Order: sequence, then C-alpha cells, then structure tokens
Amino acid sequence: MSLVKIEGLCKSFGGLEVLRDISLDVERGEVIALIGKSGSGKSTFLRCINGLEQMNSGTIHVDAEPVEADERKLQKLRLKVGMIFQQFNLFPHLTALDNTALALRVVKNMSAAEARAVGLARLEKVGLGHRADSRPHQLSGGQQQRVAIARALAMDPVVLLCDEVTSALDPELVEEVLQVIRRLAEEGMTVIMVTHEMSFARSVCSRVVFMHEGRLHEMGHPEEVFGNPKTPELRQFLGQTASAATAE
Amino acid sequence: MIQSFDFSALSDYSDVVRHGVYITLLLITVGAALGLAVSILCVWARLFCPAWVRIAVTSYVEFVRNTPFLIQLFFIFFGLPQLGVSMSEMTAAIVAMAINLGAYGTEIVRAGVQATAKGQWEAATSLGMTRNQAFWRVVLMPALQKMWPTLSSQIVIVMMGSAVVSQIAVQDLTFAANFIQSRTFRAFEIYFVVTAIYIVLAALVRLALRLIGRWVLATGEVP
Ligand SMILES: Nc1ncnc2c1ncn2[C@@H]1O[C@H](COP(=O)(O)OP(=O)(O)O)[C@@H](O)[C@H]1O
Ligand SMILES: [Mg+2]
Repeated sequence: MSLVKIEGLCKSFGGLEVLRDISLDVERGEVIALIGKSGSGKSTFLRCINGLEQMNSGTIHVDAEPVEADERKLQKLRLKVGMIFQQFNLFPHLTALDNTALALRVVKNMSAAEARAVGLARLEKVGLGHRADSRPHQLSGGQQQRVAIARALAMDPVVLLCDEVTSALDPELVEEVLQVIRRLAEEGMTVIMVTHEMSFARSVCSRVVFMHEGRLHEMGHPEEVFGNPKTPELRQFLGQTASAATAE
Repeated sequence: MIQSFDFSALSDYSDVVRHGVYITLLLITVGAALGLAVSILCVWARLFCPAWVRIAVTSYVEFVRNTPFLIQLFFIFFGLPQLGVSMSEMTAAIVAMAINLGAYGTEIVRAGVQATAKGQWEAATSLGMTRNQAFWRVVLMPALQKMWPTLSSQIVIVMMGSAVVSQIAVQDLTFAANFIQSRTFRAFEIYFVVTAIYIVLAALVRLALRLIGRWVLATGEVP
C-alpha cells in the first residue's frame, strides 16, 4: 500500500466546495510539489492529511493508518505526519531546543535527558545545534523555519507536509531552508510541499501536482509538467508565475 | 483653629502598624496566588468542560463583577455559616479576595488565550499533543506573559480593596489605622502615615510582580 493514500477526498466550508474528489497515492520517498493559484485548495488539502481540517467525504490513509475525526486516533496519526507552516509557529516562550523537545516529553513520554538528546540531534541536522538555547525571537526567519523543521523531525514522522514554508521569508533566507528540505529528500524522506519555488520543484521533486479549483488538474514528472503542460489552465498558471518571476 | 500635628503619638503603636502591614501583605500574597489559580482553572474550564460547567463559570464571573467586594466578603463571612460553612476572619478574607481576583483574572487570562494565534494550537496538535496538553504547555504561558501587566494592575486593585476586610475584624493595615485613631484621636496623622504606607506597599507589590513576570514567566523551560 502507498505510504499516503487519498481517495475521493471532498471538503467544503459551508457552501463553498474547496476540495472536489481528490485521489492521490504517494509512495515512500517521493517528494511531491503542489502548485496552483492562491485559493485553489492547496493548504486545505495538506491540512486534511493530518486532520487539522475535517474532510466531508473520502478516505485518507497514512502508513496504513486512517485519518479519522476522533482526537485519540488523530493524535496517533499525527505522530507519523510532520507539518511545517508558512508562519513557523514556533513556541515563543521556549528555546529552540525546548521547542524540539516538548512534544517528545509530553506526547512520547521521553525522559528529559532523552528528549534533549533527540532534540539536539535534530537541531544539528538542520545546522542549528549552536543555537539550541536561543529563543525564537532571537533567530532569523530562516533559522526559525529550520527549528520548526527540526521540531517536526524530532517526532520521526514518515511524511512531512510543508505549506509554503519559504513564503514568509526574506529572499536571501529562502535558500537555507530549501537546502534543508533538499537534504531530507536526498535521505529518502517523503515530502508533500506546497511551493512557489518552481526551480526547486523542478530539481528536487519526483512529481508535480497542479491544483485548480479544488481538483488535481494535472500531474506528472516535473519535466513533463513544466516542459509540456497539457491543460490551458496549467499553461496559464505557469505563464503567470514565469512573468511574475521575470518582473521581480 | 488649625491643630498642630503630633506624629510622636503614633510611635507607641508601631507594633500595631507593623502587624497590619504583615497581614495586608499576607492577604494579597495568598489571595493573589489563589486568585490566579482560580483564573487559570476557569479559563481552562471554559475551553474544555461541558456546557453546564461553562455556564457556572460565566455566572460566577458576572456575579462577582457586578457586586461590591464588601458584599461578597459579608456573604462569605456572615452568610455562608447559615449554610454550615463557617471560617475564620482571615480565611474568609483570603477566600473573598481569591474569588474576587479570580473573576476579573478569568476575563484577563481569557483575553490572552483568545489572542493566541491559531497557529500555536495547530503546531502543538500537529505534534500529537491533545488540545488540553497544548493549553497547558504551549498556549498558557505566552498568554500570561502577554496579560501580566493587566493582571498585575488587577492584583494591586484587589490589594487596595482589601482595606474593607477590617470590617470583619481582620487586623490589616486599615484595621490598625482605625484602631490607633480610636485610641489617639490623631486622625490626620495616622491616616497620613497609613496612606503613605499603602503607596509604598503598592509600589513594592508592583515591583515584585514585575520581577515575577520577568524571571518566572520568561523562563519557560520544559517542566
Ligand atoms: N477555515 C476556512 N473557512 C472558510 N473558508 C476557508 C477556510 N480555509 C480556507 N477557506 C477557503 O477555501 C479556499 C481554499 O483555500 P486554501 O486551501 O487556503 O487555498 P490555497 O492554499 O491554495 O491558497 C479559499 O477560497 C479559502 O477562502
Ligand atoms: Mg495556502
């Protein structure tokens, strides 16, 4: 069975249909780029996978574990799914190390020493072992996002969901975060990421998924999707992002 | 005719004043600690308890905020014994202060929790925490930090309001003042001195609260 298996996923907010009958299988080690216009449902899609949004119909399995509304079952599922947010969402009152160690203590019931060891190892992995005692506000945006990645990795997830993780960063800080994700991808981590970094998607991702009006409109290998887009919507979207990039 | 002032008459009563200061500080220390605990528990209850508990908490908060402190105190000290709940003057005073601060504190802490970015809850639950764990480990501390100046002001307000506990014969600073006044008839002098002492106490309590805010709340290690 695929690592992430999504079948017939539908989601509406009130009368607004945001996700329409989405099915997608993600294999272990795949890196998927989700692209599409703002409002096309990319964030909602990611948030359904770890149960932050409740789907209306359809099924999602992660590592054979079904996503269900029940809090206890969700908790178990979320141990397998790491989520990284656009706004980092670090815990402001905790140091970088405590940010990575807190859930190990609270959720995995690790001893303080064990949790610190794991937390520190993950911080080192994102190149921030030396900032373990810094508070979030003492770190740059890029460093904060790397701590957020370390925090997610500390739980040993089988898949990472990244929602525009570089969109809140100053341009010169984007690369250090992408670098970390690139390394994770090389090590075989399964990643589903919403991104506007087309060159990154092209060079790192195994598959690109174009969302349009709540549907998986077109998907395929990056070379195909970027080099030979089949639908007019994707052509138009790529045209817009290309001209936006040149305009910058 | 303007009387000449005579502060020396007060010197015989310095022990009474000292005891009054001690009682007032004791009341506010214990009352504030309990009141904060009540506030936090009420905010927690409003988030996690069934509807009837939430309604009870809301009623409690509204009841306290719409009645005078003196009436709350009399109710606890004179009223409750009729229901078989009697306590010493000191206990009644502390309970009244905790209940009073608890109600205002609930609204203040709740505002802090409500102002917490949704992303904090989401980050915590995405890591596998329950909402309850997220509340205690992630949301509460920054909310208290954010609202600490407002909470501190409220604690000082309650401390000033505590003067009325002298009405049930708790021997606080105001009780001492009234007592000395009745003995010496040096009203101006004694109330002048006691006013000054209250100002100093308020300043000290504010300072202590600032230090607590800085040292205790700012070091949010994983417990
Ligand atoms: N909590 C919500 N309540 C109501 N509407 C929402 C909510 N979250 C998202 N939406 C709507 O769902 C649509 C898809 O949003 P989103 O998934 O954030 O798109 P994207 O991430 O692709 O920009 C948008 O029209 C948005 O306004
Ligand atoms: Mg989005």
